[in-house]
Amino acid sequence: MLDLVLMLDSALRLGTPLILCAMAGLVSERAGIIDIGLEGKLLAGAFAAAAVASLTGSAWAGLGAALLASMLMALLHGFACITHRGEQIISGVAINILASGLTVVVGIALFRQGGQTPGLGSGERFGPITFPGVEAMREIPVLGPIYAELISGHTLPVYLALATVPLVTWLLWRTRFGLRLRAAGEMPAAVDSAGVSVPWLRYRAVLIAGLLCGLAGAYLSTAHGAGFVREMSAGKGYIALAAMIMGRWRPWTVLAACLLFGFLEAGAARLQGTALPVIGEVPVELVLVIPYIATVALLAGFFGRAEPPKALGTPYVKER
Amino acid sequence: MTRLPAWVEFGVIPAVNIALAFLVAGVVVALVGEDPVAALTVMVQGAFVFEGALGYTLYYATNFIFTGLAVALAFQARLFNIGAEGQAMLGGIGIALVFLPLDAFLPGPLVALLAIAGAAALGALWAAVPGWLQAYRGSHIVITTIMFNFIAAGLLVSLLSGPLIRAGQPSPETREMEPGARLTALHDIAGVFGVEMAQSPLTLAFPLALLAAFGIWVLVWRTRWGFALRALGQSQPAAVYAGIPAARMTVAVMALSGALAGLMAVNEVLGAQGRTVLGFTAGYGFTGIAVALMGRAHPVGVVLAALLFGALYQGGAELDFEFATITREMVLLIQGLIILFSGALSLMLVPLFARAPGLGLGRR
Amino acid sequence: MTTQRNPHPAVHLSGITKRFGPVTANDAVDLDVAPGTIHGIIGENGAGKSTLVSILYGFYEADEGRIEIDGKEARIATSADAIDLGIGMVHQHFMLVPVFSVLENVMLGAEGGFTLKAGRAETRAELDRLAETYGLDVPPDALVGDLPVGLQQRVEILKALRRGARILILDEPTGVLTPAETDRFFEILRGLRDRGVTVLLITHKLREIMAVCDRVSVMRQGRMVAHRAVAETSREELANLMVGREVRLEADRGTATPGAAALEARGLNLSDARGVRVLSDVNLTLRAGEILGLAGVSGNGQSELLDILSGIRAPDSGSIVMGNRQISREQPANPAEMRRLHLAHVPEDRHRRGMVLPFEARENAVLGYHDGPAAGAGRFLSPAAMGKHCATLMEDFDVRPANPRLRSAGFSGGNQQKLVMAREVAAAPKVLLVGQPTRGVDIGGIEYIHARLIALRDQGCAILVVSVELDEIMALSDRIAVINQGRITGEMPRDGADIGEIGLMMAGVSKAAGGAPAGAERPATAPTHPPGAGGPLGAGGQDAGARE
Repeated sequence: MLDLVLMLDSALRLGTPLILCAMAGLVSERAGIIDIGLEGKLLAGAFAAAAVASLTGSAWAGLGAALLASMLMALLHGFACITHRGEQIISGVAINILASGLTVVVGIALFRQGGQTPGLGSGERFGPITFPGVEAMREIPVLGPIYAELISGHTLPVYLALATVPLVTWLLWRTRFGLRLRAAGEMPAAVDSAGVSVPWLRYRAVLIAGLLCGLAGAYLSTAHGAGFVREMSAGKGYIALAAMIMGRWRPWTVLAACLLFGFLEAGAARLQGTALPVIGEVPVELVLVIPYIATVALLAGFFGRAEPPKALGTPYVKER
Repeated sequence: MTRLPAWVEFGVIPAVNIALAFLVAGVVVALVGEDPVAALTVMVQGAFVFEGALGYTLYYATNFIFTGLAVALAFQARLFNIGAEGQAMLGGIGIALVFLPLDAFLPGPLVALLAIAGAAALGALWAAVPGWLQAYRGSHIVITTIMFNFIAAGLLVSLLSGPLIRAGQPSPETREMEPGARLTALHDIAGVFGVEMAQSPLTLAFPLALLAAFGIWVLVWRTRWGFALRALGQSQPAAVYAGIPAARMTVAVMALSGALAGLMAVNEVLGAQGRTVLGFTAGYGFTGIAVALMGRAHPVGVVLAALLFGALYQGGAELDFEFATITREMVLLIQGLIILFSGALSLMLVPLFARAPGLGLGRR
Repeated sequence: MTTQRNPHPAVHLSGITKRFGPVTANDAVDLDVAPGTIHGIIGENGAGKSTLVSILYGFYEADEGRIEIDGKEARIATSADAIDLGIGMVHQHFMLVPVFSVLENVMLGAEGGFTLKAGRAETRAELDRLAETYGLDVPPDALVGDLPVGLQQRVEILKALRRGARILILDEPTGVLTPAETDRFFEILRGLRDRGVTVLLITHKLREIMAVCDRVSVMRQGRMVAHRAVAETSREELANLMVGREVRLEADRGTATPGAAALEARGLNLSDARGVRVLSDVNLTLRAGEILGLAGVSGNGQSELLDILSGIRAPDSGSIVMGNRQISREQPANPAEMRRLHLAHVPEDRHRRGMVLPFEARENAVLGYHDGPAAGAGRFLSPAAMGKHCATLMEDFDVRPANPRLRSAGFSGGNQQKLVMAREVAAAPKVLLVGQPTRGVDIGGIEYIHARLIALRDQGCAILVVSVELDEIMALSDRIAVINQGRITGEMPRDGADIGEIGLMMAGVSKAAGGAPAGAERPATAPTHPPGAGGPLGAGGQDAGARE
C-alpha cells in the first residue's frame, strides 16, 4: 500500500515538468503554432533558475530568471514563425540546439564547473510545503499516507502545475481570449475578418507557453533538483509533446497522459535490476521508451485518432 | 513570392546567414569576456592549419555529408526527417550485427561491404517505418521521427549493455572488430604512394560520402524517379494527377534518406572507432538539419555546408585547449544560430534583398 | 425600421489607387453607393473588384484616395476599423470555424466581455431577433461544419448583422448556391435593403446584377468604367463595358459526327470520408467526335467524377469501360494507366494539379508523361529532349513567352492553361477530360481554347467538358448532361436545349421525375429563370468574358 502511494508520489514529482510543458504546448498549438521547442525552453529555464538562484541566493529570483529566459526563447520562436512566417519545426529545432549550446557556454563562463551550476542550498531552492495536520493524519490507515505523502509535502511548482490544468481549461474554453485563440488555430482568417489580430493572439499564446516552460525549468533545477547539470531536461520536453498528442490537445486528458508517463518513469526506476516473474529482468531503457511507442501508435490511429488543430503549422498570411 | 537571382539566393544569402550567426556568437564570446577575433583565429587554425587538422575537419565533414544528404533528400520530397540521429544509431547496430558474428571467418573487405550494407539497411528500415506511417496511416512524420530517435536510443543502450556488450567490462560498447574489416585510413593510402600525410581518422568513408552526394544529384535531377520525387515535393496534388504513386514514393524516399543517415555510422564505427559505442552519433544527425538547410537541400550545397561544419567542429575542439571560458559548445550555439537564420528566419532577408536597388527585382 | 433619407452616400470612394509592385490593381477608382440600395460591382476576373472591397474592409490600405462613410472621411487600416464603421463582409470563401457552433462563430470578435457566459446569452437572444426580423433561421448550437453551404452563408450574414453592420459587402456570394438557393438568397438581400441596410454585391454574373441590383458599377483592368441604374441598362451594354469590345456571342461549333462509344461510365457511386454520397448511379457515354458538356453548380460531384474517370480515385461501385478494360473498385486503375489507355485530362485546378508551379515550363511539359520518350531515354531524364518537346508544344498552342526554361508560375493564367492543354492534346488522346477549360483565362485565350477543343473533336476525340459556366456549356457542347448532388438529372442534345429547363435540372428537378426535387435540402421552390430571362442567355457566351 505504502509502496503504491510512494510510487504515485514519485509519479507526480516526475510528472510535474511534463504537465507544465504539455500545457505550454497545448496553448501554443491550440493557437496554431507547433512547439517542438518545449525541450529547449525547459532547459533554458532550468539553467537560468539555478544560475540566478546561486548568484543571488534567492529561489524566487531564480524563478523570475527562468520565466524570463524561457519567454525570451518563446519570443524568438514567435518572431521567426509569426512575424517572419518561418517553418515552425525548424525554429523549434533551432531553439533546442541554441539552448543546449547557450546553457553550457554561459554556465562555464559563470561558474567554471564544466557547465554545471554549484549545488544549491536550502534558501536557494523551493522547499516542500507541509500541509497542516500531517502528523495527526499519518496514523489513519489508507487516507493517512495518502494525505501525508501524496497530497502534502510537495514543492510550490508541483501545486502550480496541477493548478494550470483547470486554469488552462477555463482560459481556453470559458473566455473571450480562449475562443479567439482556438479560432486562430483552426481558421485564422475568421479571426482576422472579425477584426482581431491573429499575430498578437499567437504571440500571447507562445508567451504563455514560454512562461509555463520556464516554471517547469525552475522546478527541475531549484525544486526537484538542487542545481543545474548539462542537458538536465533529458528529453522531458519531447515526452511532454508526446503527452500533449496522447491527450489530444485537451487539458484533462493531457494531464492523465503526463501522470501516466510519470508513473512509467517512476516504475522503471524501481524495476531497475529487479527480476519480474515470468518476464525476467526488464531492461529499464525499454520501459522508458513506452511513451514514445504509445505516441507513435496513437498517431498511426492504432487506437483512436488524434486530430490536431486545423491550422497547426501554417503561418497566417492574408490572402488575395 | 519574390524571386531573387540565383547568385543572391545561393551565394549572398547563405553568406549573410553565416555572417549573422558568427556575429551573434561573437557577441556571446565578448560578453563572456574573451576576444572573439582570437577565438575565431584559434578555430581557423584548429580546423585547417595545425598538424592533421585538415584530416580531422574532413573526417567530421564526412559525417555531415551523410546526415545532410539524408535530410536534404527528404526535403526534396517535402518530408521533414528529424530522425537522422536515430537512423544513424541503427546504422551502428547494423554494422555490429554484421561484424560481431562474421569478422573472424570472412575476409575483411567482404565484412566491410556487408557492414556497409547492414548500416544502410537498418537506417533505411528505421526511416521507412515513419514514412509508411505517414503515407498509409496519416501520422505526422516530424513527430514520428522524433519519437523514433528516442526509441533508437533506448534500443542502442539496451543492446550495447546487453547482448552486444564486450564481455568482462561494464561500459556499453561492442568489442573491437578485426583490423582487416575496418576502412583504410587515407593517411595509410597516401603512405603507399609515398606521400606524407598526418594521422587522422579520415578514411575511405570520405570518398564514399562524395560518391553518395554525386549519386543523389544524378538520382534527383537526372532520372525519371527523381522527377517524380521533386514533383511530389513541390505539389502533392499535381504528383497524384501525374500518376505518381505518392504513398509508395514517400516510403521509398524515407528509406533512402534513412540509408544515407545510416551510412554515417560507416564513418564512425567502421572507420574511426572500429566498434559501436554508446553515443557515437553525438548529435551529428541534428547537425544534418543545419547542413541541409544551409546547403539549400542540394548535394553541392550539402557538401560545402558539411565542410563548414566539419571545420567548426574540429576548430571548436581546439577552443577547449586555448580558452578557460569558451568551449566546443560554442559550436552548438553557432549551429543553432545557423538553423535559425538559414531555416526559421529564411524569409526575413528576402524582402531586404528584393528591395535593394540595382537588382532589378519586382514581384512576380 | 424605415429607410431614412440620408443626403450623403453610404460609401463614397474617390481616387482610390492600389499598386502591387508594378501591377496597378486599382487605378483612381471612384464610387458612390446610395444608402439603402443594392449596388452591384461587376467585372471580369482580375478587374480589381476584390482589391477594392478588400480596401473597404481593411485588408489592404489604399496607396492613394479618399474614403467617406456616411459623409465622413474614414481611415480604414484594419478590419476592426471597418467593423466600427458599420461595414460587414461576407467572403467568397466563408470565414467560419467549422468545429465551432453557430453561436460561437457569431460571437467571435464580439463576445461582450472577458468571460463568455453573458455574451452567450445575449447573442442567443440577438440571433432569435435577427431570425424573426430577416427570416434568417439557423440552429444556434449546431456545429457550422455540419451545416449545408446555404446555411453557412446565413451564419456569415448573421455575423455581420450582429456586429451592427449597416453596409454589407458580399463577394461572389452565389458561386456555391443552386439557382433556387440563389433566388432565396436574393429575397433575403431585398429584405435587408428594405430595412435600411446598404448592400454591395460583387459578382461576375450579369444575370445577378439584373435580378437584384438597383445600381451597378462596372470595373475593367483596375478602372471604374461606368455607373448605371440597372433599369436603364442592358446585359449587352454591361457585357461590352466589362470586356471593352464587342463580345463574340458563340463559338463556331460546326456539326459533330459522333462515332462509337470511347468511354462508358456505368452506375458510378462514391461516398466521401464522412459517408455522404457524392456520386449516385452516374451513367455517361463519351463518343468519338463529340463534346459532352456536364453542367452543374460547383460542388455537386463534378470534381469527384473527373477524379474517378481519370483514375485518381476508384468508385465505391460501378465501372468504367474503355475498350477491353473495365475499371472498378476491384480492378482499379491509376492515372498512369489511364494515360496508357489514351485518356488525357486537363484538370479543373491547374495551379494545384495541372502543373507544378515552381517547375520550369519544360518540366511541366512532360508532367504525367515523364516516363515516356519526351522526357529522356532509359531511366534517365534528358533536359534537352524536354526542352525540345516543350518548344514544340509552345509553338503549337501559341504559348507566350515561348521560353521552356521559364518557371511555370511566371506565365499568365491563359498561357498556363494553354501549356497544360497542349501537353494533353500532344498525347493524341482518344478521350479528353476537361475541367473548367477557361477558368481564369482572358477573353482571347477563351476563344482560342474553345476553337482548339472543337478542332480536336473534329479529329475524332471524345471530349467531356465540365464547367460551372452554363454559357460555356452551351457554347461548346454537342450533348449536355446536368449534375445535381452527384446525380445526373438530365441529358439532352445541345440543339433545342432550353436554358430554363437546364436551370431546373441544376436545382435537382429531374426531367424524368417531373418536378420532384432530388435532394431534401435543396427544394426547388420556383423555376430558376423565367423563360424570358433564358432567351438572351441562350445565345451563349454573353458573360463568357466574366467567368472566374
